[in-house]
Amino acid sequence: MTDVLMPALMPTENIFPLFVEAMFTKNFLLIMFLGLCSYVGLTTNSDTSKGMSMAVTFVMTMSAILTWPIYYYLLSPASFLGKDLTFLKTICFILVIAAFVQLVEFIIRKFSPPLYRSLGIYLPLISTNCAVLGVVLLNVQEGYTYGASIMYAFGAGLGYSWVMLATAAVREKLIMRGVNLFNGFIGAFFAAMMVALIVVSYFSVVKL
Amino acid sequence: MAKKSFVGEIIRGIIKDNPVFVLVLGLCPTLAVSTSFANALGMAMAFTFVMLGSNIFVSLLRKQIPADVRIPIFILIICTFVTMIDMMLEAFLPPMYDALGIFVPLIVVNCIVIGRAEAYANRNPVLPSIADGIGISIGFAAALILIGTIREILGTGGLKLVMLNVINGDPGFYPLSTIPGFSFVPEVISFHIEPAVVMITPPGAFLTIAMLMLLFKILGDRKRVKQLRKEGYEL
Repeated sequence: MTDVLMPALMPTENIFPLFVEAMFTKNFLLIMFLGLCSYVGLTTNSDTSKGMSMAVTFVMTMSAILTWPIYYYLLSPASFLGKDLTFLKTICFILVIAAFVQLVEFIIRKFSPPLYRSLGIYLPLISTNCAVLGVVLLNVQEGYTYGASIMYAFGAGLGYSWVMLATAAVREKLIMRGVNLFNGFIGAFFAAMMVALIVVSYFSVVKL
Repeated sequence: MAKKSFVGEIIRGIIKDNPVFVLVLGLCPTLAVSTSFANALGMAMAFTFVMLGSNIFVSLLRKQIPADVRIPIFILIICTFVTMIDMMLEAFLPPMYDALGIFVPLIVVNCIVIGRAEAYANRNPVLPSIADGIGISIGFAAALILIGTIREILGTGGLKLVMLNVINGDPGFYPLSTIPGFSFVPEVISFHIEPAVVMITPPGAFLTIAMLMLLFKILGDRKRVKQLRKEGYEL
């Protein structure tokens, strides 16, 4: 273990602010614009958005757990290979995420058919969800420690979930009232604007 | 399959299959980097490189790619080009690399590129695939630059037009006036309006794209009504 690797392993930052940042002030859907495809497509119904949020939170946290060691023990110049392979990070991360999602799908299908029926259709969508790849890329780009990166990913997943559920609530209510505009993509963007406006204006007044 | 013209394929990609406003794909980079004209242009260039490279190679290899594992193979092909453009941006255009951030590596999970590989390049010869790539890229670039320009004008009250140029052997995005023939363009075009800062914040992005989509929907509906009237329907 050389000195280059040490900063990444040392707990230099406080983990809790990072968690809040990922969940609210730098929310993945509303502020960073990651994972919008699933957001626009699935928030017409609160049940589907609940399933998708659970699946995304789980996959995000697990991919942060899996990719951090791969980056620092295989790709970084300080690893035992001794070569700078960091340019391979995108390709490695996407393969890890896709393989992990496939594995989870097999396991859930074998052991819990009811859970598979509720989550199963969303799992293949997750491997190409930019929020998941985004969180692992941000983890290594910002140089978070192992613990911090797991917390950051978990916070990002929870942030994704609450925004999905909040928007689904807004849209479902308006669709039920007969505002047909909220059925389509346009309505999703108007709903997103309302929720984003709330978050941005709240956190411009309340400083964490 | 009917024979299609090269130009016709390009125009279809821009208007009928516009990736952002019609197919509603690739929304993340569209909203995230469209804070200004310059960022939109940089993203559009990176995207065009990846889109063309992926379409050409998927189309060349379409008879070799086994159907069962085609998506992972598409992702690997796309990832190669994304890594190339990522390293090139880092080496030659560091300010743009910093401004675009993680959205360059994230082109690899961009639904437009995977979608075109799956729906078009995997079934068509190389030349139409190139036309499709060019058309879709121009359509994406037009949407990005439109949103970026609107947000920059409303959010800052002015517009900074830039273009890729090399000055003293130093590549970068310089004001349009540095390009020969465009020296009459001022560096910042001022519109004399009170800037609404909300437009360059995230809610502004959602508002802009929602309003634009509403506008295109109204225009499309009007065209349809006109066409139906012409066919003799009472509306």
